[in-house]
Amino acid sequence: MRNHVFALVALIVAALVFITLRLVGNEYYFVAGYTIVQYIILATAWNILGGYTGYVNFGSAAFFAAGAYSSVALITFANNIDDLLPGGIAPFFHSIFPLPIPVLIVVAGLVSGLIGYGMGYLTLRLRGAFFAIATLALAVVLQTLVVNWEFVGGSSGAYVIRPESVPLIGNYVQYLFVLMLVLGVIALTIARMIERSKLGAGFAAIRDDELAAEASGVPTLQLKLIATALSGALMGMAGAPFPYFIGFLQPQSAFGLEYAVNSIAMPMIGGTMNWVGPLIGAVLLGTLQQVANVTISSSVNLLLVGLLLIGFVIVAPNGIVGLVQDRLRARKKPGSKP
Amino acid sequence: MDFSLLANAIIAGLLIGGFYAAVTAGISISFGMLDIVNIAHPAFIILGSYIAYIFNIKLGIDPIIVSIVMLPFFYLLGDAIYRIYYQSFEKRGAESLRGLAFFFGVLFVTEVVLILCFGVDYRYVEAPYIGPALSFGFVDLPLRILVPFVASLVLFGGLHLLISRTFTGRAIMAVSQDQAALQLMAVNPIRIKRIAFGASIATAAVAGALLIIIQPVEPSVGREYIGRVFAICVLGGLGSLPGTLIAALLVGVVESVTATFYGPSWAPAVSFGFLLLTLAFRPSGLLGR
Amino acid sequence: MSALLQVKGIGKKFGGFVALGGIDLDVRQGERLGLIGPNGSGKSTLVNCICGALQNETGTVHFDGQQMDGLAAHERTHRGLSRSFQLPRPFHSMTLADNLRVPMYYTVHKRSGTPLHADNIDARCHELLRLVGLEAKARQRPRDLTQVEMRKLELARAMAAEPKLLIADEAMAGLSHSEVEEILALLIRLNESGITIIMIEHIMSAVMKFSQRLVVLVTGKKIADGKPETVVRDPEVVRAYIGE
Repeated sequence: MRNHVFALVALIVAALVFITLRLVGNEYYFVAGYTIVQYIILATAWNILGGYTGYVNFGSAAFFAAGAYSSVALITFANNIDDLLPGGIAPFFHSIFPLPIPVLIVVAGLVSGLIGYGMGYLTLRLRGAFFAIATLALAVVLQTLVVNWEFVGGSSGAYVIRPESVPLIGNYVQYLFVLMLVLGVIALTIARMIERSKLGAGFAAIRDDELAAEASGVPTLQLKLIATALSGALMGMAGAPFPYFIGFLQPQSAFGLEYAVNSIAMPMIGGTMNWVGPLIGAVLLGTLQQVANVTISSSVNLLLVGLLLIGFVIVAPNGIVGLVQDRLRARKKPGSKP
Repeated sequence: MDFSLLANAIIAGLLIGGFYAAVTAGISISFGMLDIVNIAHPAFIILGSYIAYIFNIKLGIDPIIVSIVMLPFFYLLGDAIYRIYYQSFEKRGAESLRGLAFFFGVLFVTEVVLILCFGVDYRYVEAPYIGPALSFGFVDLPLRILVPFVASLVLFGGLHLLISRTFTGRAIMAVSQDQAALQLMAVNPIRIKRIAFGASIATAAVAGALLIIIQPVEPSVGREYIGRVFAICVLGGLGSLPGTLIAALLVGVVESVTATFYGPSWAPAVSFGFLLLTLAFRPSGLLGR
Repeated sequence: MSALLQVKGIGKKFGGFVALGGIDLDVRQGERLGLIGPNGSGKSTLVNCICGALQNETGTVHFDGQQMDGLAAHERTHRGLSRSFQLPRPFHSMTLADNLRVPMYYTVHKRSGTPLHADNIDARCHELLRLVGLEAKARQRPRDLTQVEMRKLELARAMAAEPKLLIADEAMAGLSHSEVEEILALLIRLNESGITIIMIEHIMSAVMKFSQRLVVLVTGKKIADGKPETVVRDPEVVRAYIGE
């Protein structure tokens, strides 16, 4: 199956990126790269529910932060086993904790996936507009819960100590970067697999005309729940290593506005019809923002993102990929697929 | 249970609730009647707050007066935005995805522009009624909240009269129910929608001035109001102004009581929690349509 | 033999407006039923209630011996009840062939038991498109179609769900005389292959040619049900049409 080949190629590309950065040697590029790959995952995840299925999620930060904070909870637990558990069972837990990051990622995926499923269950029977508003609400509710939860640091934040180094790769930040690259490959492969599958056809039918999809036998509610859970899970997984990356996690950072905006802007600017769009959008906008953060203020940078979003939504609704496709279609015969 | 504390919490909640009704009135029109999910509405309210702030600080003018003067400008702003929205999305019959992304972009850009112009410090206005309070026994009525409450009721009542008594107002109600019938009466539904949307943004001018009287404002305050405003709108039943008022008072009281007894950090969750619950269990609202 | 579709006492209100005031309807296996009535008489509402797009407040719907009430629209489609929409609702982002693929993935696959391989679905899509005369445009998008082609696609997509009963909702509205004949011939051909068809139409010539039985709906109530020649002479029916 071509999907396996795709995953392999993507892994090779990722490996090449890593090796190149290693050769360049500048620590900063790993930090910037982590952020960009993080956005690739967030944008791809958003697009599964937004671009493929047509349901807008304004609360990407909620799912991302849920993943980050599930990691914080587990890390804090690991640091306080002796205080929290009776002496009898403590040693057992000491042997498993602290959990390695890949396990944290899986747990975060489950947590965020469940939140997505739960919220979908409550609101997906209604119109898409109501779902979108509910996602906004979700972000605020979750943030309020976290702010009031002392265990994970509440509003003052939580410190997370990075291990010194990791076998084989050495530098911890580089290790985090490698993890994100692998996660990125997984996210892109999943997105591509969905596109070409029966599930993807169902999603597209829902997006194009939900009423007609139902009449055609598509179990719309079930599929929408799958999309919401999957999208949420991927976002949560992207958030799981974040506490280690940033070292000190406050609710304002985890629930930051830039996550909500970028998760929407990157796919809409890149193109929402397939897996390429979010990738392009994330790489372009992500790089732009990294440059802008250093040269201009971060506020101006966000302003540009917002203006680009509005501009593209009005002028080029199918994003960059759409513009390229229109160019190609104008030269070739109609009816050819990329 | 400290009775006077509870009484004050409820009264404060009712007063704030009245203000919430004024804030939500605009959404009742744009979302409830025109079916436009303008999540950028709170950004316009904050814009109104900052404009009131500038004129108040520089020229000492009362914020409410500023907002009344700003009404026509905000109306024109709403008119312009609807034209863009209509040309780019409604006319093309495009999916709501793009319309939502558009308003999200507007919300976002407005907030960032305000940050760039004013920074993230809290701003507040000065007026003779900010500070003193009326006292009736154990009940305190800060004028800072009482005056906006009264102004809100006036705004809300005026809006209700306009919608139910004037031809244009009734046309707005009609366009929300049956656009085709309206066309048969030789009324241009697009023009009606433009007027309605303009009016909805105009209410933001006043709501913004009232907001900055009640509390200090900084650019991200708008986002707290998004959930509140839609929660009240849905709870009250889309398009029903009386329902919106009742829902607003209810939310105000519950928020106030929660903040008083459990601490203010839980307050944002109240209205958003309301929203999720309403959407999940009674999406047609209290006085459902 | 018992009816394929049994509708008893269907009632539906929109706020204060009574769209359907208790409709009874039986449709026999293999029948060609015509459903007519002035605008706003409730025909589309009835279809929506039968197919599950709307929930009726009173009454029951039985199809193929099973009770449909409470089942979602897609579940009714899985059991063999299919409909085309009055205003065509194609999947705009997909090619014509992909439009047909959706019901084939999601309906036929479940019921047939034997898994349909990818080639099989492709072949069946093309077969259906050939049946409606759209095979040449298989890889084009719906926006490139003419009005009558959209109608044909709409019917083809309803057919892709391999229904036992097909409800064709005003499939001929706004078409020219020869186009009406095309769609009519198609529907008769479908019926001859064993599919029960309910045709909702305003074009009386087509209705008279097609229907073995005719049902008339006026302001949410059934006022006539019988042989077409008899029904059109019914004074109440005449009054409903001339008097409006």
